[in-house]
Amino acid sequence: MATPIFESIQSQLGSLATASSVSHGTLVVEIAPAALSGLVQTLKSACKFDMLLDVTAIDWPGRQPRFDVVWHFYSTTHRVRVRVKARVPESDPVVDSLTQHYGSAAFQERECHEMYGIRFNGNADLRPLLLYEGFVGYPLRKDYPKLGEQPLVPYREGFDIADRAGV
Amino acid sequence: MDMKIPNPVRPAFTTPQRDDTVIVNIGPSHPATHGTIQIIAELDGEKILRTDVHCGYLHRGFEKECEDHTWHNLIPYVDRLNYCSALINDFAYCDAVEQMMGVEITPRTKYLRTLLAEYSRLADHLTCIAATLMELGAMTAFLYLVMIRDYIYEHIADLTGARVTYSFGRIGGLARDLPDGWLKRLEQILTQYEEFIGRVHGLVDRNRIFIDRTRDVGVLTTADAIHWGYTGPILRSTGAARDLRKDTPYLAYAELDFEVPVGIKGDNYDRYYVRMREMDESVHMIRQLIDMLPAGPINVDDRRCTLPPKPLVYGEIESLINHFKLIMDGPRVPAGEIYVAHEGANGELGFFLVSDGSGTPYKVHVRSPSFVHMGGAHKMLDGYQLADLIPTFGSINMIGGECDR
Repeated sequence: MATPIFESIQSQLGSLATASSVSHGTLVVEIAPAALSGLVQTLKSACKFDMLLDVTAIDWPGRQPRFDVVWHFYSTTHRVRVRVKARVPESDPVVDSLTQHYGSAAFQERECHEMYGIRFNGNADLRPLLLYEGFVGYPLRKDYPKLGEQPLVPYREGFDIADRAGV
Repeated sequence: MDMKIPNPVRPAFTTPQRDDTVIVNIGPSHPATHGTIQIIAELDGEKILRTDVHCGYLHRGFEKECEDHTWHNLIPYVDRLNYCSALINDFAYCDAVEQMMGVEITPRTKYLRTLLAEYSRLADHLTCIAATLMELGAMTAFLYLVMIRDYIYEHIADLTGARVTYSFGRIGGLARDLPDGWLKRLEQILTQYEEFIGRVHGLVDRNRIFIDRTRDVGVLTTADAIHWGYTGPILRSTGAARDLRKDTPYLAYAELDFEVPVGIKGDNYDRYYVRMREMDESVHMIRQLIDMLPAGPINVDDRRCTLPPKPLVYGEIESLINHFKLIMDGPRVPAGEIYVAHEGANGELGFFLVSDGSGTPYKVHVRSPSFVHMGGAHKMLDGYQLADLIPTFGSINMIGGECDR
């Protein structure tokens, strides 16, 4: 549908992207983590992607590097979306923060940080948001147990979570 | 009990900027904030200087839970994101899975989903406006609006069997077709809606108290709204006619005649009025859809996602195995990723799904409008009176279910 726009975006991004394709009506751009800032500046100013919709990550345990960090951008001018993906390793899961370009990055990066342990360089406020202060581990990583519970307020005496979970 | 419960949040600021200001904690279960939200605010008298908004009190691990169930089993969970308009969540999720599988829904389902999505939007906006007005003391308007909403709930219960969380979407169709006389009752409710919405306009629109509490309160500019990721009625109230139903039409929206109402100033009054006008547009759309609704099946004839007819399940081994595999293993969704967004009642509701080719999702991520709106809520709270927090927060319409997931 919006192929000519995607072609022009792809040519403007040029060598910043390591791969790009169109999937289900969305332009998917893969980049090296270091190229993020330059790419986002081009996306925002030249390609008019004025809205950061979403920041999340995908965990692929066993793959090197382990995580995909995924951003979705929307252009209110072209009315199309771009998905940007960068691979980061488990040993050093760091990407640049987009808070100076998009205000909406602040909350979303906090969520991605607490859920996947991705660090956003330049976001000074990575306090827990949906979880509580002192939560141990990153619950959306595949190696976090599905039945894992960390009650902030201890359960009543005699209450056994194992009885309820049937394990 | 002498047990000391640790503080779940670490405030962004603990020392006042000046020696005549005070830091107060509001929420998470404060009677004035409908929804569990905690706001730590620094006050100069009754003026809010800065705020630190905390959500997460309704976090229940939705995304983690989704990775442990088949694609079909998620439908009751997605219902519980925005529980004021659960059907919109159902249809957005089903649409994302269907696009991944390459399933095209039947014409009747396409129009029915559009109709029900607009009907849900009507119920959601009614809830939002009713709650906001009640918190400002407009009890009569609240009762008028909630009465219509309850007619809608009862009416949808006739169709789905439930009042709030319907589990009505199915991958490739819907749970069931309309019962006899459902559309006739729908027209009655729309007529009653028009009568009572006229009364609410008469009670509220030019009401001095309402205008004083909402006009020029919680002002948001279009540039700020886009910067902070605002979508839906809040973005439109700033004057930007951005609506996914027009910009990237899905379901049957491309065939419908409707307008995108916008505000002038992006204040609380505009957010109220944009929602009022959107409800009128939804009613206009529902009336068109009643006339357009074609006859025919509601579920696609595709054994990858639709259960085989019961007589065949009991009569032949292939259908029995097909039924068993669909229930036990789930519909197999081709490996890949997709981001599908529908215009929810609060804004862009996006589903980012990752499949590894099995019957269970590898990852389900929800881009929920309420969560993003909370990230920029301080833009509408800072600099106003403490009492303004109530109409502003009401007009943001934070839904804890989708915000905290």
